[in-house]
Amino acid sequence: MKEFDPGGAPSIVSITDRVKPLALGGAVSSVHFLGDRAHFVGAEENIAIATADGEVTQAPVHFGAILCAASDGKRIVTGGDDGKLLALDAKGETMTLATDAKRRWIDNVALHTDGTVAWSAGKTAFVQGAKGDAKTFEVPSTVGGLAFAPKGLRLAVAHYGGVTLWFPNMAANPEFLEWAGSHLAVTFSPDNKFLVTAMHEPAMHGWRLADNRHMRMSGYPGRVRSMSWSAGGKGLATSGADTVIVWPFASKDGPMGKEPAMLAPLPARVSVVACHPKSDIMVAGYGDGTVLMIRLDDGAEILVRKNAGAPVTALGWNAKGTLLAFGTEDGDGGILEM
Amino acid sequence: MAEASQKIPVTVLTGYLGAGKTTLLNRILSENHGKKYAVIVNEFGEIGIDNDLIIGADEEVFEMNNGCVCCTVRGDLVRIMDGLMKRKGKFDAIIVETTGLADPAPVAQTFFVDEDVQKNARLDAVVTVADAKWLSDRLKDAPEAKNQIAFADVIVLNKTDLVTKPELAEVEARIRGINPYAKLHRTERCQVGITDVLERGAFDLDRILEIEPAFLEADDHDHDHHHGHDHHHHHDHGHGGLKHYHDEEMQSLSLRSDKPLDPSLFMPWLQNLVQSEGQKILRSKGILAFAGDDDRYVFQGVHMMLEGDHQRKWKDGEKRESRVVFIGRDLPEQQIRDGFEACIPA
Repeated sequence: MKEFDPGGAPSIVSITDRVKPLALGGAVSSVHFLGDRAHFVGAEENIAIATADGEVTQAPVHFGAILCAASDGKRIVTGGDDGKLLALDAKGETMTLATDAKRRWIDNVALHTDGTVAWSAGKTAFVQGAKGDAKTFEVPSTVGGLAFAPKGLRLAVAHYGGVTLWFPNMAANPEFLEWAGSHLAVTFSPDNKFLVTAMHEPAMHGWRLADNRHMRMSGYPGRVRSMSWSAGGKGLATSGADTVIVWPFASKDGPMGKEPAMLAPLPARVSVVACHPKSDIMVAGYGDGTVLMIRLDDGAEILVRKNAGAPVTALGWNAKGTLLAFGTEDGDGGILEM
Repeated sequence: MAEASQKIPVTVLTGYLGAGKTTLLNRILSENHGKKYAVIVNEFGEIGIDNDLIIGADEEVFEMNNGCVCCTVRGDLVRIMDGLMKRKGKFDAIIVETTGLADPAPVAQTFFVDEDVQKNARLDAVVTVADAKWLSDRLKDAPEAKNQIAFADVIVLNKTDLVTKPELAEVEARIRGINPYAKLHRTERCQVGITDVLERGAFDLDRILEIEPAFLEADDHDHDHHHGHDHHHHHDHGHGGLKHYHDEEMQSLSLRSDKPLDPSLFMPWLQNLVQSEGQKILRSKGILAFAGDDDRYVFQGVHMMLEGDHQRKWKDGEKRESRVVFIGRDLPEQQIRDGFEACIPA
């Protein structure tokens, strides 16, 4: 025990000096890669586009707040409080996909791998394929979140009291998964076996889709605002606590009767998480500005950004997993080549 | 508190249909105050409101998953506040207009329950616009109208030009029978000073200075002792021989002690009381003198939700008196009085 030093802080491997700092010009909500360029969706008006060299340009999109964004790697689709649904592609060209007739806020957006777009305004969910008119679907209360199933054209619409599964191209009746409370973000597991929502309460709820069995995932001190599936869908990493909570989904029972892994504890709330697309590593951003890279197997940590200033609000990897980008509430950002 | 002042103030504007909410809203917006307001209305685009930032709401009342039926929030407000916070700095204050039939409690509770909303915004006051001509009738047939009066921090008694003096006295007496603590302004066409309705700090613990019921103003000497109500009963304060109504269903209950309270008895009692009777208690407020404590302790609550803190040192010569007030429906008066008395060390 002679190396034990009770006075010193545990040393941590740091790669902070390899991060290219970025000035993003305003609060950031999310970051998405189109090719090797990081696109930081601002809280309002602009998307800031950064190259791996740290060069930033601004692309104006909405006249007002940007309320939601989704990307399939080819384009970013955003909804705004100007009632517009816009797409920005890798060439930097913007296109208006829809304008709400009543100029309602576009609260949620989701993208299907085949190019179909879903969005919502109030209680109405919309789906627009590559051709044809948009189809609409009403749920009993305001849509909290949208997600396409990985297979087939099936849209999960989260709302108060549960999730409705809608099949826009089929006459079949929508399926309703009931659970009391207000459901916000929703996500399918990559193997299409589980559906998970982040609730308004500091808890998540899940269903095994084969038999609609419930999975209660609670115990968070704060609302879960960020969820990310690890490579291959083995685990679901979440924000909302002062450690990263990773729920096990590798077995057929998912997290039922199992404890989640609790990684990278800090004296600050995890605000955003993003799993690496290929390896069993992830990054977590914290309310105090810290960014940590974490190995999922053993929780080993690498410091990407020291605690400084505002909460980390955006984290993202490029598709190959060779570039990492982060952004904060006060418009600070960084990009890192792995 | 520096922290509190950075939060965006939110004024909740309620009132029964046709009382003049929109008139008041437009008055506030058109005044030359140099401030920008975000206005959340319920019927989007339907009525003429002249403002840059208007958001349509759906009035969705959600129960929280904590087994407490009165713990409701406005789900749509949570979402709207989330979106509005992306535009922080673009406006100075928020006004939430509710429908005439809305219960103000879920709106108010949204600002206490939701962590993210609470981080950025603070409830300033609940302002209720009432129609001097029709309120008395509505109090009889519309439970919502009664709720809105009981819940109010500020009452704008509008259309006073349409009633006679005795009628006005009558409606004021009915209001005071339910809520003697709100600030009441008599208006025509909602002509009221903006500072009388905005920036009231009614939920700010630092601004709980005193809790005194308003006595009916004895400016009109109409000694018509027509009580119009079977359940008239005398309170121990004088009110110049004016009419006094005791609303059978909704009332306020005031407790007072000049002996210091035992905090180890009072705190659990208050917690238990709002847990068990929280559905009936709409609002609560208190200034407390605890034994062995040189600080004033203040609290305020909405249904089951309580907020309390040490406020400041008792001043030299200041009477160390505890005052607690509940406004609610069918309050178990004797049980509450006995419970309070039991918190006074023998």
